[in-house]
Amino acid sequence: MIPETAILEVREVSKAFGGIQALSGVSFKLNRGEILGIIGPNGSGKTTLINCITGFVRTDSGQVMFKGREITNRAPHKIADLGVTRTFQVMRPYYSLPAYKNLVIPLFSPRARRLGGWRGGGKLGDRNTVSIDILEEIGFERDSFVPYKMASSLPTGYLKRLELARCLALNPEIILCDEVFSGLSMSEIASLIPLIERMQMEGMTLVMIEHRLKELFRVANRIMVLNFGQKLTEGPPDEVMEDPKVKEAYLGSEDLSEYV
Amino acid sequence: MAQTEIRKERIDRGIKVRTSGIYAISAGKEMGYLLLPRLVLIIGLLILPLVITSAYWQRVISIVGIYALLALGFDFLTHYVGLVSLGGAFFVGVGGYLAALLNTKLGLSPLFTIPIATLGGAAFCTLLLLPCLPLRGVYFAIVTLMYPLLTARIIEALNIFGGTDGIVGVGSFPNRWLEQYSLFILLLLALFGLRRLVNMDIGLVFRGIKDNDQAIKASGMNITHYKAAAVYISAAFGCLAGAYLVHIYMWSGISQFALDFSIIPIAATVIGGGGTLVGPILGAFILVPISELLRAFGTLRIVFYALILMAFIVFRSEGIMVYAQRKYHQFERWVKV
Repeated sequence: MIPETAILEVREVSKAFGGIQALSGVSFKLNRGEILGIIGPNGSGKTTLINCITGFVRTDSGQVMFKGREITNRAPHKIADLGVTRTFQVMRPYYSLPAYKNLVIPLFSPRARRLGGWRGGGKLGDRNTVSIDILEEIGFERDSFVPYKMASSLPTGYLKRLELARCLALNPEIILCDEVFSGLSMSEIASLIPLIERMQMEGMTLVMIEHRLKELFRVANRIMVLNFGQKLTEGPPDEVMEDPKVKEAYLGSEDLSEYV
Repeated sequence: MAQTEIRKERIDRGIKVRTSGIYAISAGKEMGYLLLPRLVLIIGLLILPLVITSAYWQRVISIVGIYALLALGFDFLTHYVGLVSLGGAFFVGVGGYLAALLNTKLGLSPLFTIPIATLGGAAFCTLLLLPCLPLRGVYFAIVTLMYPLLTARIIEALNIFGGTDGIVGVGSFPNRWLEQYSLFILLLLALFGLRRLVNMDIGLVFRGIKDNDQAIKASGMNITHYKAAAVYISAAFGCLAGAYLVHIYMWSGISQFALDFSIIPIAATVIGGGGTLVGPILGAFILVPISELLRAFGTLRIVFYALILMAFIVFRSEGIMVYAQRKYHQFERWVKV
């Protein structure tokens, strides 16, 4: 049983881009150690919500609280330094560096130097070694040439893992994953799921934005549905599945579907 | 009928010198293979002042050293941090004026004026460039270009620091050996120091900023701090070059804010090969003497200079050092497809 303590609380966050209201008054609580899935049709404001939480986009109004402290509109690097990390939907590796050097950069960050990176390994050894340890954990074969390949020549599956690894290197408290499953094959997702479950077991809290609902419902403890920048509903996966409002948001209303 | 096609295959030469951080005493041949290019550069630079006898060309190689320092700073900032700086002339001007003022007003010898002008001038330049640090690419280039133009006009209009006459009577070096050898040794230290820096962990952060600054932010690092540090390094090279320049010419004037100091380092980097660090130095050693040789053509000098530059860019657009390193480090052979 997960204890009900909110590690992150979002209160009435709104954001407009010109005339488009991307988020209007979204509130939710994230409990320590849970996996919260956020779903919604395209353009419903999922990525904007992550951008607002992590400081990449300034909110118009509302508050973001992390462990009871307000972090609204702080600089992205300060929020990441607190342990609220994110992945990017469009993967952002350092293309001109080999995969393992990609992780040396986050391991060099103030937070990783303070806490020693994932599991504190960075305090003991050389950053190159620690980065290869993390890569092995996340599914790069240690004895192959994959960790030494340039990021520009890695396939999507490995780049998605590299995004997660960059968060792990910071020894994070929260990871906000922006579509880590998209663009992956069924077998690649199947190999990522145990990894995500292991991250949860190690005490990390995860928020997952996904379009791959079937896979998301296998790992998520709770699902929140966004539509047109507003929270539609929230609850356990099977309840959300059956909610007629959710079906309507995804597929259109009953009468419309007759024409399709 | 299958047509046999052939293509060129390139294979990296395996070098077994370093294994996981330990320098293995490996075959002398392989050590020599790595040492040879470095030794050629070091020895070449050190014997250059000895073999050149004419006073005119001795002056030219000092100026080459100055441009080489600027080009090195430009290459670092452009290819390792992603900031294209046209502020070379600003760095030279600030370093030059600072050294000249320290020398004429306080009577300090070049031994003190050069380090103070380098470190203090770089701090001053970095402070003034701080507002531009969020900019990237061509926007950063345009804004940094304004700095030398602006400063020269301010000095002219307010008639400070000697106005258009400049500061005359700056002390020179005791002899040309000290002038040239200290400059070349500093140049070598700067080159090998930078090469070490860009391969260290902090150097990876610089390269990360160039590749993708959002991921650096998401990793909890303040990119402005790192950009400021990189600008400081580049500005220090420029100010060092400027301080040398005023002590060589024994004069400091607004021509030190001339755009030559912003543009020639870029041309040297393009010709020598961007991102190699040694390439821009080589480029400066090619471009500046060519420009001097072309003086024989009088007014047509710039025409020939431009033609040579164009030829380099059309036929060796990757740069001499990129080409040379590839030829040196890789085997090439033709294989059937």
